[in-house]
Amino acid sequence: MSLERPDTPDDATIERTPDELAELLGDLVVGRDDHRNAPGFVIRPDTVQQTLSRLKEEAGYDHLSLVTAQEYENRYESIYHLKKFDDPTQEVSVVVPADTDDPVSESGEPVFRTADWHEREAYDLIGIEYDDHPDLRRILLPETWQGHPLSIGYDKDRPQIATLPEHANPLEDHHRDAESDTMFLNIGPHHPATHGVLHLKTILDGEQVIDVEPDIGYLHRCEEQMAQNGTYRHQIMPYPDRWDYISAGLLNEWAYARAAEDLAEIEVPEYAQVIRTMGAEMCRIAAHMLALATFALDVNGDFTATFMYAINDRERVQNLLEDLTGQRLMFNYFRLGGVVWDLPEPREEFFSKTRDFLDQLPGSVEEYHNLVTSNEIFQMRTIDTGILPPDVAKNYGATGPVARGSGVDYDLRRDDPYGYYDELDWDVVTEDGCDNYSRLLVRMREVEESAKIIGQCVDLLEDWPEDERNIQSNVPRTLRPDDDAEIYRAVEAAKGELGIYIRADGTDKPARFKIRSPCFSNLQTLPEMANGEYIPDVIAALGSLDIVLGEVDR
Amino acid sequence: MSSDQPFITDESRVVTETRDSRMTGQGDRFNSRLREAFGSSPFILTKFDKFLNWCRGSSMFMLQFGIACCSIEMMHTYAVKHDLDRFGSGVPRASPRQADVMIVPGTIVSKFAPRMKRVYDQMPEPKFVVGMGSCTISGGPFQEGYNVIKGAEEVIPIDIHVPGCPPRPEALVYGVVKLQERVANGEAAPVTVKPYELEEFSDLEKDELVEKLTDQIDEDELVMRYNFADSP
Ligand code: SF4
Repeated sequence: MSLERPDTPDDATIERTPDELAELLGDLVVGRDDHRNAPGFVIRPDTVQQTLSRLKEEAGYDHLSLVTAQEYENRYESIYHLKKFDDPTQEVSVVVPADTDDPVSESGEPVFRTADWHEREAYDLIGIEYDDHPDLRRILLPETWQGHPLSIGYDKDRPQIATLPEHANPLEDHHRDAESDTMFLNIGPHHPATHGVLHLKTILDGEQVIDVEPDIGYLHRCEEQMAQNGTYRHQIMPYPDRWDYISAGLLNEWAYARAAEDLAEIEVPEYAQVIRTMGAEMCRIAAHMLALATFALDVNGDFTATFMYAINDRERVQNLLEDLTGQRLMFNYFRLGGVVWDLPEPREEFFSKTRDFLDQLPGSVEEYHNLVTSNEIFQMRTIDTGILPPDVAKNYGATGPVARGSGVDYDLRRDDPYGYYDELDWDVVTEDGCDNYSRLLVRMREVEESAKIIGQCVDLLEDWPEDERNIQSNVPRTLRPDDDAEIYRAVEAAKGELGIYIRADGTDKPARFKIRSPCFSNLQTLPEMANGEYIPDVIAALGSLDIVLGEVDR
Repeated sequence: MSSDQPFITDESRVVTETRDSRMTGQGDRFNSRLREAFGSSPFILTKFDKFLNWCRGSSMFMLQFGIACCSIEMMHTYAVKHDLDRFGSGVPRASPRQADVMIVPGTIVSKFAPRMKRVYDQMPEPKFVVGMGSCTISGGPFQEGYNVIKGAEEVIPIDIHVPGCPPRPEALVYGVVKLQERVANGEAAPVTVKPYELEEFSDLEKDELVEKLTDQIDEDELVMRYNFADSP
C-alpha cells in the first residue's frame, strides 16, 4: 500500500517507553510533567544542551518542532517539543523551568539550529534569557520595545517608540581593501519580491551575496494573545484563517481543531472528517497555485501569464470553497467536533462542479509544465540554485514542501494520521534535487495528489446514507478543559507542520496558546541557501520557500 | 458595414480604409459615440482643472503594495476575472515614485507604520489612499493587539475605506471606482497632522520612556511614538 513507509526501522526509530527515556537521561531529570501528547521531563536550566543532545544522538529525536515559553505565577518555563522525522508520533517534551526574578536558561541552539529564532521569540515575547545563545535580540517587536507582552503584568497601554533607522553596512570596516567591494542592500519591507512585508538585510560583495539576514515582525499581529483572549468554543476559530492567509484557511483551522479536540476529548463524526479532508485539500490546491504564480513572477517578470493562469485556477477552487463555506478566503468553517454546516444543496450540483474542476485540473497542470517547468530560462534560474541539503533542512526544523524538496520523507497526513487521510489512496511526494526547482515540482505534484484525495472524498460523500450525515458531535456549550492539561498537536498545513500548543487552566480560555508556524522555521534556512549566491538566486530561493508573513510573524 | 453582421468585414476594403482614416483622422473606426455627441465640431470647451481631474481619475497607477490577508484579494482584483484595469486603474507600480494611489491592504503594526509612512511620503502629489479591510479602519479583528495600530488613519490620510474582512474583489473595485469619481470631481481627503507622525528623536517630549531610550537611539534618528492608551 502506498501509505506504508519504504524504509525499515533502525535504532533511532525504535520507540522507547517513558521509563526507558528517563533511564537514558539519568540524573538530568529532576521531575516529570507529562503532556497529553508526550512524556515531559523537567530538567535544570543549565543542562539543556546536554539533555537535548542526548535525546538527539542516542534516542533519535532529531526534530525540534517547537520551543514554547510561558510565565507562571511562580516561574518561567521553556518547553522543547521534540519529535522524530522518521516517526512523528514519537514525541517527548523537555520542560525547563527558570527563576522568576532571574529567568535565565541555557540555549538549545548548539544542538538544534532551529532553536535560534524560537528562543529569540521566547525572549521577545516572554522575557526568558538564553545563555550561550549566539544572538539574543528581539525578533518580532521593534528593538526599542519596552516590556515583554506575553508575560504576566504587562501593561499594553504603555507608550512605545519604534524607530526608522538608517542601516549601516556592518561589514564595511572589515572589507576595506582594494579588491573587495561590499555594499549593504535593503530588500523590503515594501518590495514586490518579498511576498509581503519581509525585510532582508543583504550584504553584497560585487554581485555576490555574502550575508543575508531576514528581519521579520512587520506583521506581528499578536495572534497568540488574541487566541488567549478568546473562548475555546467559538472565539478562536476565526483567527487561524488569518495565519496562513493564502486560502489555506481550512488547513489552519484544522490545526486548532485537532489540538482543542484532543485536549477536551471531543469526537468528530466520520462524515465531518470526510468533509474536512475534502475542504482542506481544496485549500492546499489554492495555496500551491499561488505559490506557483508568485514564484514564476519572482524568477522572471515575463511569467505574468503564469500568474494569470494560476489565479484563474484559484478562482475556480475559491468558487467551490465559497459554495462549501460561504466565504472566499476566511472560511471559519470548522467547529470543534465537526463542521458548521453540511454540503450546499443541491448536493449533486456541488459534486458535479467539483468533478468538473478535478477534470480540468490535469490539463491546467500540463499547461504549467509547458509554461514553467519545461521552460529553459526557468530551469537555468532554478536548477541547482538555492541548495538545501536534507540534514541542514532537518537541523532547521524545515517541513512541508521545503523538506520534501530536499528528499526528507515527512508528511504528517501519513505519519501522524488524522482526519480521513489514512483511509484514502494517495502518495507523499518527495524530490531529491534539494534546489528551487525541486521545491516547485513537489508543490505541483502535490496538487495532483490533492485532486486524487478530493475525488475519493466526493465519491464517499455522494454515497453517504442520508440518515448518517452527522456534521457535528455534541459539544458542551462552554468548554473547560482540565486545569493544567497541556497538549501539542500538529497537522500538515500547506507550508508544512503547523502545530498548536495549548495549556488549559480550568477556565474557558487557554492560559497559553502557542503557534508553531512552518514558515517561521522554513524562513530560517534562507541564509543557508542564499549565502554565496547571486541576488537573483536569493529572490528565487525566497520564492521557493513560499512563506506567508502572516504566519511567520503571527 | 451592415448592422446585422457587425463583425464581418470586407477584407478588400480594410487596408485602404484604415490607411485613409489614419491620414485624415476621420474614419468610422475612430468615431466614438462621444465624438458623435459633440457633433461636427472637433473642439470642446471646459475648465482646465476639470479636464485635468477627469484625466487623473481615468488613469490611475496603483502602488504594488501587499501587507496582509487583504492583499490576496487585492491580487485577485488585479488579475483575471475581476481585472481592475477595465476601469482604468489596474496597473500596479512597484515604485512609490510612479504611483498615485496606494491601496493599504492589511493590518498595520508598530514596526511597519513608520515604513508605510515613508512609502506614502515618497509618492508624488497628488496622491490618494484606499484603505482596504477592517484592519485599516480600526485594527479589525486584531484591534486588541498590543502591537497593532488601530487603523491606518492614525498614520496617513485615507480617501476611501472599503470595509470587510477581507472585502470581496467586487467591493474593492467599487471602492476604487468611487475614488476615481471623487478624483474626477477634484475631491481628496485633507492632509492633516496625524496622531502618529515620523519625528526626530530629539524632538520628542522628554518623558520617562524617552529618557530610558536616549542611549539606544541617536538624536536625529526618525521615530514614531505610539500612545496606545489614547488610541480609539
Ligand atoms: S481586514 Fe481581515 S482580511 Fe484584511 S488584513 Fe485585516 S484581518 Fe486580514
